Amino acid sequence: MMDFLTSRAFKGTVFVLLVAGLIILPFFLRPFGLLLVAMWMVHAVAALGLNLTLGYAGQISMAQGAFVGIGAYCTGLMTLAGVPYPVAFLCSGALCFAIGWILGYPALRVQHHYLAFVTLAFSTLVFLVMRNEEWLTNGIYGLTDIPRPILFGWNTGKAKDFYFFTLLMTSILAFCVWWIIRSPWGRAFVALRENPVRALSLGVDTRRYTLMAFAMGSSIGGFAGALYAPLVQFFEPNSFSLTLSLKLLLMVIVGGAGTFFGPFIGAATEVLLPEWLRIAQGYYLIIYAMLVMVLMMFCPTGIIGLGERLISHLRQKKISSERSAQAQVMGTDKPGQKEGAGQ
Amino acid sequence: MAAFIQLFVSGLATGAIYALVAVGFMLLWQTSQTINFAQGEFVMIPAFFVLWAIKILGVGFWPAVGIAVVASLLILGLLFKRAIVDPMLRHGVLPLVISTIALSIFLKEAVKDFYSSQAQPFQAMIPSEDINVFGAVISSQSIFILLIASGAVFGLNKLLNGTRLGRAMQATAQNPSVARILGIPVERMIMYTFLINALLVALASLMISPIYLAKFTNGDTLGLAAFIAAIVGGFNQVRGAIVGGLILGVIENMAAAYISAQYRGAIPLILLIAVILWRPQGLMGRAEERTV
Repeated sequence: MMDFLTSRAFKGTVFVLLVAGLIILPFFLRPFGLLLVAMWMVHAVAALGLNLTLGYAGQISMAQGAFVGIGAYCTGLMTLAGVPYPVAFLCSGALCFAIGWILGYPALRVQHHYLAFVTLAFSTLVFLVMRNEEWLTNGIYGLTDIPRPILFGWNTGKAKDFYFFTLLMTSILAFCVWWIIRSPWGRAFVALRENPVRALSLGVDTRRYTLMAFAMGSSIGGFAGALYAPLVQFFEPNSFSLTLSLKLLLMVIVGGAGTFFGPFIGAATEVLLPEWLRIAQGYYLIIYAMLVMVLMMFCPTGIIGLGERLISHLRQKKISSERSAQAQVMGTDKPGQKEGAGQ
Repeated sequence: MAAFIQLFVSGLATGAIYALVAVGFMLLWQTSQTINFAQGEFVMIPAFFVLWAIKILGVGFWPAVGIAVVASLLILGLLFKRAIVDPMLRHGVLPLVISTIALSIFLKEAVKDFYSSQAQPFQAMIPSEDINVFGAVISSQSIFILLIASGAVFGLNKLLNGTRLGRAMQATAQNPSVARILGIPVERMIMYTFLINALLVALASLMISPIYLAKFTNGDTLGLAAFIAAIVGGFNQVRGAIVGGLILGVIENMAAAYISAQYRGAIPLILLIAVILWRPQGLMGRAEERTV
């Protein structure tokens, strides 16, 4: 049973059940519920991107919210100007890829807290540009009436249709991230995180991969923004202030940085949980903040890490109880074998 | 010219407050590798301690100030170190960063939900008057802030460089293991820096709240200003943080007046990025050896 819980078959089953659940969900939920679940998926995509930069490549970034904003504005402005959605979608990703690449350069020079502050400053600068450059972004009034796409004759204007569109795009993007993580790229990112000097000495071009980690993570943030724009159809610069970047950072860490499913869980705690815990009302954020502090204290690897620890604890218990049963049957007790053998 | 002097002096006053906050921020980083993302909220909170004391205990302004200072020392100094920083230290820098971000959300929401989401008027420590200097009108508040801040910095400098205790604290910051071998109670020294930080933020809070009004979102800009001041000046020098704070206050004011009011927030950020890229040790700092 315990082995099953960590096996690949189990993870696969959970994944299939999750997707199946998300497919039949619209038939039970009202439009607001659909909007919420779609919102969760968009946030999860943005967090997936940040997880690539932070969780796998170990480069701290406090600018993911800014990239979601850049992607959303890019898609919003282009589709409002009549450009087909797929083109706008790809442009959002490409634009964020380019800007993310440039933002990666400071990471070549400075690390840790300095990098956090550079990205934090960048995030605030992007917000100021969105708010002040009225000729481009319409300033504090934001963009309104962003059209939802019509793809191959499929009009996604209705809530349910757009929900399925979001689900489809999220699956595609999640698959891409999963593929990147398992490719030599992903291995190089992890090497970069674990020991950059050793990675360099083994022939990993750390310079290129650092920039790549930023660019890829950012472009996925841009794609999330491209989904966000037609989902909400109205947004203003405040949606993409520093708060969003910090929220996304919390999502990644709370879910479990460096794990594939972490961002999905982290996004759920930020987007879905507050709605289900309506009783807590305005106090949700206080409770959430306290839980995050406690979680960080006892398990800095996040909720996924907590789950893994629980499973391994249960397994340890099971093994030791089996051992003692075995020892009783055999009538001998070899103390040396009791601990750490059956790993 | 008169306008320039006015801007310069009020910029210096704001900068002096930034400097106090930045010094505290930097002390925490030096002695315990704590990047306190709640530092801005730490400056916002003491003003509300005062308001709470006046409202609930019904005391006058000055006793309330005393209560607020003691509460800051206990909660923002002692409790913060014991309950949040100590259990997290062994996990490294990032979980602690996340934890202080969560703490900043917690403090903001607590004030919003349990006091008020509206800006609260806050009594100044001295009556506000305008003083005329060579045709420039300077507020007595600015002068008062500059005096108090220089006094605080002077006192801190005396403590750090002129006393045995201060030397022990510096040794702790530079090399905890060696300090421990020399018989310095490292743990207690770290606790002192947390208490000093609590005192500095309480002071900053009492001086800035009459100007900005006490509001739960005040910490956002103040925290950012403290980071920028600490980095621009130099992360490993007290005088660096002071210079950084003063530069920041003046530049912000000048930029708003002479360049663009909309982008007044952007100039310090550009300065920050430029400093990090070209002089990561800060304007006043000495180069830090990179580990590996």
